[in-house]
Amino acid sequence: MKIKVKFFAILRERVGAGEVTKDVHDGTTVGELWTSLKREYAPLGSVEIRLLYAVNQNYVGADYILKDRDEVVFVPPVSGG
Amino acid sequence: MFRVTHGSIDIKEMLAFVSDAGAGAIVTFIGTTRDHNNGRKVIALDYEGYPEMAEKELSRISEEAKKKWNIQRMAIIHRLGPVQITEPSVIIAVSAAHRGDAFEACRFAIEEIKKTVPIWKKELFEGGEIWIGTQSGVPFNLSK
Repeated sequence: MKIKVKFFAILRERVGAGEVTKDVHDGTTVGELWTSLKREYAPLGSVEIRLLYAVNQNYVGADYILKDRDEVVFVPPVSGG
Repeated sequence: MFRVTHGSIDIKEMLAFVSDAGAGAIVTFIGTTRDHNNGRKVIALDYEGYPEMAEKELSRISEEAKKKWNIQRMAIIHRLGPVQITEPSVIIAVSAAHRGDAFEACRFAIEEIKKTVPIWKKELFEGGEIWIGTQSGVPFNLSK
């Protein structure tokens, strides 16, 4: 399955890209995708801030099972206003 | 009217949008850029957002406010990109039959924005720059 991952703010700076496409196996959760991204992008490996997960513009839990063409965003602590 | 924009915010347009024959009050909140934060001299703020989701979240906040208070209409516009000292970064306008509901819904909206809307501010200060985390206004650091 193809998953589009968008990075914002500090994560975008760490990865050096705003968007990547990843191939994942059926049944992969959004939490597992984050774990594999941390392995792939060393600068993410030490991220210790609390992240929220968003899929297709909605917040989801770490156990959300990804579907083909989902758009995933890992949300660092927000600071609008 | 729920938007993020790289341009400036037209408060008159927002007031026209929330204006309502059934409203006895319009309350606005304007978040502005101040020149200091936690002992740092702030030069400017630079906002980044996830626009599609930010606008969806702003709309959700309004729906939630409508369940809690008797309000007529709400408009929220948040800036993205660089915002200079004294300039507004966010404006909220709420109309209601009575002022109490308008004040409370407006307060609710800004507090929720700071918790759930995917917008991030980078503070450019004398001596550096840093991403600001959550409501506290304190920087968060990622160990390298």
